[in-house]
This record gives sequence, C-alpha cells and structure tokens, in this order.
Amino acid sequence: MLVGLLIIVPLIASLLVFFTKGNTSRTVALGLSVVEFILSLVVLFQFKHNPASADLMLNCPWVESLGIHFAVSVDALSMLMVLLTTFLVPLIILSSFNTSYEKPNSFYGLILLMQMALVGVFTANDGFLFYVFWELALIPIYFICLLWGGENRGRITFKFFVYTLFGSLFMLVGLVYLYNHTGFETGIKSWAVTDLYEAGKSLNLEQQSVVFWCIFLAFGIKMPIFPLHTWQPDTYVNAPTQGTMLLSGIMLKMGTFGLIKWLMPMTPLALAEWGWLAIALSVFGIFYASCIAIVQKDYKRLIAYSSIAHVGLIAAGILSANQQGIQGALMQMLAHGVNVVGLFLIADILMRHTGTREMEKLGGIRNMNGNFAVLFLIVMLGSVALPLTNGFVGEFLLINGVYQYGAWVAAFAGLTVILGAVYMLRSYQAIMLGEKRDSAIAFGSLVSTDKWVLYIICFAIIAFGVYPKPLNDLAEEGTKAILTYIK
Amino acid sequence: MKGLFIISGLGVLAMLAEIFKFKKLLYPLVLIGILAAYVTNFMEWNNNTNIEMFANMMRFDNVALAFSGVILVTAFFWFILANDYFEQDHVTDHFALVLFALVGAIMLTGFSNMTTLFLGIEILSIPMYVLAASRKRDLASNEAGFKYLIMGSFASGFLLFGIALIYGATGSFDLMAIRSFISHSQGDLPAFFYAGVLMVLVAMLFKVSAAPFHFWAPDVYEGSPTVITALMSTIVKTAAFAAFMRLFLVVFGGVNESWSMVLAVVIALSLVVSNITAATQQSVKRMLAYSSISHAAFMLMAILANQRGMASVSAILYYSLAYSVGSIAAFTVLYNVSKAKDNANIEAFNGLGKRHPFMAACMVVAMLSLAGIPITAGFFAKYFIFSVMIGTTFKWLIILAILTSAVGVYYYFKVIIAMYFKEEDGEQEVTMETSHVLLLALTTIFTLALGIVPKYVIEIFS
Repeated sequence: MLVGLLIIVPLIASLLVFFTKGNTSRTVALGLSVVEFILSLVVLFQFKHNPASADLMLNCPWVESLGIHFAVSVDALSMLMVLLTTFLVPLIILSSFNTSYEKPNSFYGLILLMQMALVGVFTANDGFLFYVFWELALIPIYFICLLWGGENRGRITFKFFVYTLFGSLFMLVGLVYLYNHTGFETGIKSWAVTDLYEAGKSLNLEQQSVVFWCIFLAFGIKMPIFPLHTWQPDTYVNAPTQGTMLLSGIMLKMGTFGLIKWLMPMTPLALAEWGWLAIALSVFGIFYASCIAIVQKDYKRLIAYSSIAHVGLIAAGILSANQQGIQGALMQMLAHGVNVVGLFLIADILMRHTGTREMEKLGGIRNMNGNFAVLFLIVMLGSVALPLTNGFVGEFLLINGVYQYGAWVAAFAGLTVILGAVYMLRSYQAIMLGEKRDSAIAFGSLVSTDKWVLYIICFAIIAFGVYPKPLNDLAEEGTKAILTYIK
Repeated sequence: MKGLFIISGLGVLAMLAEIFKFKKLLYPLVLIGILAAYVTNFMEWNNNTNIEMFANMMRFDNVALAFSGVILVTAFFWFILANDYFEQDHVTDHFALVLFALVGAIMLTGFSNMTTLFLGIEILSIPMYVLAASRKRDLASNEAGFKYLIMGSFASGFLLFGIALIYGATGSFDLMAIRSFISHSQGDLPAFFYAGVLMVLVAMLFKVSAAPFHFWAPDVYEGSPTVITALMSTIVKTAAFAAFMRLFLVVFGGVNESWSMVLAVVIALSLVVSNITAATQQSVKRMLAYSSISHAAFMLMAILANQRGMASVSAILYYSLAYSVGSIAAFTVLYNVSKAKDNANIEAFNGLGKRHPFMAACMVVAMLSLAGIPITAGFFAKYFIFSVMIGTTFKWLIILAILTSAVGVYYYFKVIIAMYFKEEDGEQEVTMETSHVLLLALTTIFTLALGIVPKYVIEIFS
C-alpha cells in the first residue's frame, strides 16, 4: 500500500495546488513534496528491513480481459530512482522561489503531476502501465515548457513533443508485440514485466531485433543518444529553469532506467547482436557532444551538451551489460541528477544576477561573492567526477564496465573525463575568475533559498562521494537482479 | 428496439408541434425522449428472446443495442450543443429532420436484411442533405447540401447495384441467408457476387468518407452549420460503422480475401491523405473534417483485422464512443469561439487560454484524446485497434498508422499552441452559456473516465 501512496500523494498534492492562489501555491507545493520525500524514506526503511513486505507491492486489475494490471512495486532499482525523484523535486520547487511565474498554481501543480508520473514510471511492473505513465510524464513537462518557456517556445516544445511521442509509439508497438507472444502455455496474455521477459526470450533473433530497435528508439530519444538528440539543446535552453531541471535531472533517467528494466532483459539475443551499434552511437555521442560543449558561449547550452555527453557514457555502461557497467550507470544517474540540477540553478542565478549567461560577458565574480564561488566549484567538481565527489564512483565503475566490453570503447569513453574537465574548468574560469567585468560588480549576495538549495546539493555531492556505500549497495543489488534475467 | 419507436414518435411529434403550437415544449421533450430510449436499451440488454422484428428484417442483439447506445449518448450531448440551432426559423422542421436521421442511424445498428440496410441509409442520409443546406441564405451551406446530395445519391446507386448483384448470386436479402450461402458454397461463387461485395464496399466507404471517396467531406463539413458538422462527424459516422461492421465482419467475413487487400489500400490512402492534408489547413472545421477521415481509417483497421471476432467489435465500439465524445467537445468549443469571431480559422483560438481558461482546458483534453495521448479515451481507442491489428498480416499498416499519428499530433497541437502561446491582439471576451459549460464539463469528465476505466466499455460483450 505504501507504494500506492507514493503515487497518490503527488497526484492529490497537484490537485490541491491547482486550487491555491499566489505565493501560497509554492509553499504548499514545497510542503507536499517534502511530505513525499519523507514518505519515500519510509519506503526505503521498509525496504531495508523487509524487502518482501506487502506494503511494497500493489497489484489490482485494470482491464482484466486484456491482462492489464495496475501493478507497482519497489525493488532496489526503482528505489534508487524514486529516491532521486523525491529528493530533487523539493529542491526544484525551492529553487523557483526567486522567480515569479504567472499562474503559479498551474506551474507547481504541473510539477507535482510530473512527479506522480515519474514515480509511476519507476515503480510500474506492468508494461501497459509503464507506457501510460511514460506518456503521462510528457504532458506536464510539455505545458511547463510551452507556458513558461523562453522565445520560440511554441516551435521548440512542439519539436520536443513530437520527437518523444514518435519514439514512444514505436515502443508501444514493441511492447504490444511482446504482449502478443505471452502466455503460450497458459493461453492467458499478460502485461506483467516478468511475462514480457519470458515472451521476449522465446523470440528468435530477427524478431528480437525488431523489438529491440522499436523500444530503443523511444529510450534513445528520451535520453537523448546521438543522432536522436537534436531536440534536446533547444528545449533545455528555452524551458524555464525548473523545467530544464526536471528534464535533465529526472526525465532523462526514464530513458536509461528503461534500458535497464524494460529493454535489455527482454531481448538478450538482439542485445548480443546489436549492442555494439548502440554502444558505438552512445560513445560517439560522448565525443560529439563534448566537442560542441567546448565551443559554446551560452552557459546553459554548455550544460545541455554536457548532459548528452554524460548520458552517452551511462548508456554505454548499461549496454555493456555487466555488473560494473550497470551498477556504475545507476550511481552516475543519481550523481548526474543531483549535479545537473545544481548546474542549472547556477546558470539561473547567473542570469538573474547579471542578466546574461554568455561566458564572454561574465568574469571575476569570485571577487564579489566568494561563497557562491565555492559552491559553484563543488558542483562543478562533482560534475567532472573528481575523487571524493559523488560523480567519481559512478564514472569509475562505468569506465571499468565498458573496458570489460572492449578496450577501444573505454578509450573513447575515457575522453569524457578529459573533455568534460576541459569545458567545465574553462567555463568556471571564464565566469568566476579573471578580470572583474561590469556584470560582476552588480552581482551581490545570494538569496537564502538559492543558498539553501546549493548547500543541500553540495552536501549530497560530498557526502555520497566520501561514503557512497548505502547507495552503492542498493545499486549492486538492483544490478544483480537484472543480470539474472539477462544472462 | 423500443428506442427506435420512441425516436420515431418524437419525430412525428415534432412535425405536429408546428400545428398544435407546442414548439417551446419540444426541446425538453426530445431530451427526455432520448434518455427514455437509452433506458429501454438498458432494459433490453441480454434479452435474447424476441430480438428479431418485422419478419426478421431487424435484429436488436447486444451489439446493436451497444451501438445505438453510443448514438443516443452522442445525440443527447449533441442536442445540448445545438440548443441555439433550434431557436432560429423552421424549428420544428429541424427537430423532425434530426430525429428522423437518428431513426435511420439506429436502424443501421440493427438491420438484418439488405432492404433495411438501404432504408436505414436513406432515412439517415436524406435529412442530412437537407440539414447540410439548412443555413439557406448562405452560399457555402447550399453548396454543401447539393454536393452531399449528388455524391450521396451516387453512392446509394452503388449500394443498390451491389445489393442486386448479391441477391442475384445468393437469392436472398437476408443477411444470415447470405452468410450461410457463402459458407456452404466453399469458394464456388459467381464472379458477379464478388463485384456486388466490392460495390457495397465502395458505397460504405463513401458513407464513412474514406479516401479516395472522401472528396465531398471537407467541403460539406465546412459549408454546413457547425452543429450539423458535429452531427455528421459523430452520429452518422458511428451508424455507418455499425452497418459496415455488420456487413463485413458478419456477412462477408467468409470472403474476406476478396476485399481485405482493397480495404488495406483504402486505409493506407486515408491515413496518408487525411493527415497530411489536415496539417496544412487553416480552418479548424476543415481540419476536423480531414481528421475524421483519419479516424475512419483507424476504425476500418479493426474491420480489416476481422479474425479476432468480438475484439474487433468492442474496439470499434470503444473507438466510436471515444471519438464521438471528443468531437462533440471540440465542436462545442469551436462553435463558441467562432460565434464570437465569425470565422473558424486557427487564429480564432489565439490566447483562448487567457480569455476563457475553462474552455481552453476542455479543448486541450479533447485534442489530446483525438490525438491519442494517455490517459484519455482516445489513447485506449487507438491501443485497442493496434492490439487487434498486430495479430494480422497487415502489420505494415500499424507502422503507417503510427507515422501518420505523429503528423496528427502536429495539427491537434497547433490548436493548443494557438490557445496558450499566441497572443490575442484585441482582448475579445468569449462568453459561453451555462448549458455549454455543463456540456464541456460532462464531455471532459467522460473522456477522462473512459480512459481511466475502459473496461466497462471494452468488456461489455464478455
């Protein structure tokens, strides 16, 4: 039942927030998202003590005759993603306190609705339900970007919507195809994830390949993987800061999570046959996005490209299908979620305090606000995966994982570390150090909510960099469970 | 079955209202009558005795009752939408025509003889020709009525010729007799029988406006009064599909190899032509007309997948209900928006999100449903079609349907983008009557409820 609450609480919260007015909206939204975070900690506690507890599962029929069930449960894998979601959403809401949005009740209502769909995606155990939540997550974020985005938002958000919807429909076909192959012995078709695994394994290579690419298309677009990434930079730059945070911090992980739970165990033969191509695309994406990030002038756009580079490595790690690769990917998904929210907040702070995000026009801010410089430095180092930050654990495991797949992949993938350091350090240097520009003089001190969000993020970066064991144990457990299906 | 009598009675009553001067009473009477007909549908549900009427000319089994239920629900919504339409001149004529069209529609759900099929189609079509031209001082409306009449009569000719050929081969008008003749003949049928089947197919494709027999639809839809367009794209479509299904799933199911490839090509053409043309339209009414062709193609897919038996029937039932309710909502908004602006172009929707947030929100739900986004009814409708299609040899159609659906999203979202993104120059107030507000609330809740608990419709026959 607890897991049902995890989904219902944000839904009720979003409805409540829709009926509030003005500044109360954001307070109510923040309060309710904190409640959700506490609830997820309760679930974690329950999971640690009694993983087989009935509280962690919910399974009731939805359309019985078609084998569709409202089946959700929490295992190690989904626990991690739920924690990431419930941890980030309050921070995202808090980070918006210094921007006044029109119609705040709709804005925060949509964020909470999005949270509901995301938790649903991560906990769904029924293929059909997974698809419904997957699509449902798209609607709030589309409206967040459309209503509160920057210039050209009509065209850009539309491209984003069509791209992702297009991929999802192919995923639906892939899933329906698998569903049609379930229940050969019993004659009863089922959408349950384990039945879909079975169905996938009963297919021959050719059939599996079709299913593999259909579903991969959806996940590849969501992450995004080269060459399906063209919607991403514009959408990230044009979305309101909180929309970008949701997109990159959590929504991107829907794709990587999908790869782990909803693709690889279903099509092991196709993975063995085509994995190299998918990995090659991912790895090429790393190199490509890093190179583009280096020459960016706009800081937000730079982070958008860095996000493509990071997710490329995560995807390569997952597709290499070994313990270190997947486990590292999970760790890196958590770290990237936290760090990228921090980075986008920094971009937003720069914009609010100086009126520009162009790195050429910025400089010397460290002299004006040393506190901000330190916080920025910590988030930036987390992002380049310095040892003792949260990014390091995942990246180390990932490179280890892809090395087992092939040394050439690791060599290429290792470039992220170097190129990532290049663009990250250069941008830091351009913005914070050097000669004091006009923009820096007016910088002033940070408002308290921004400070708090950055404190919490920096704390998370260091804490899980120094002591990653609790998360790492969960990631290890989740990976082992999935690998038993793949092997 | 009793529903058919009630609606016919209402039609006669409407004509008497002019003479006996109770015009004012007519509107509530009609609403009550439709509800009463709906209730009798419920009472006849699962009643397997006496379902054959008029010497086996009509047969109201559960499938017929379910489809006439959809028609009655839509008609109820439609009458709320069209309350203005019955306050102009020729009130009683309008009532009578619409009610007789409904009679034809209900006949099409329950015919079991080729003659009742033809009667139903004509009873449905002839009032529609007149209604299309009912804004009689408007050139476009006259053109619509005239075009509809010419093309419709032409199709009726095809239908009659087809029926005659089938009669020539099988010696019967009775559907069950034809069916058993087909199954006993074991493929040894004269060539002109197949010609007859194809002619009936063409006539039916014309009625559901599938490409390449769709050329009348956009002009007729655009020229007719908006409420009549709503009637055509919902009730007439549902009725035509009920008839189509009965003919090609039940009667001609045995010779499906003779028509399935033709139908597959028609579906492919409809999907491509309608979606691509709809994307280039400026007029929302015309856009909805083309989109209705694409929805027709989707429903045809379920007929094409005929080996799944009841799954196809309930998929079509669900689709027609979801589509009708979504369309009624879209037309209600369109009607209110274009009334204030006097044109139905996409610009009329600019800034509606600010001008009338409730209307805009309902329009979003309607557009999402028509585009097939979860968790609206439209998504499940498409899903059920896919799930019956994936077991067939026409898997390529699914891919085509997905590709064209993505195009569909483009034009439905054009409306959403206009409502929330484009600014309105001269802040024009949009007002809406209370009855329309209620109707929109009702259809929106209905669309979402159908999406959340689809099983009550999809499992209706099990």
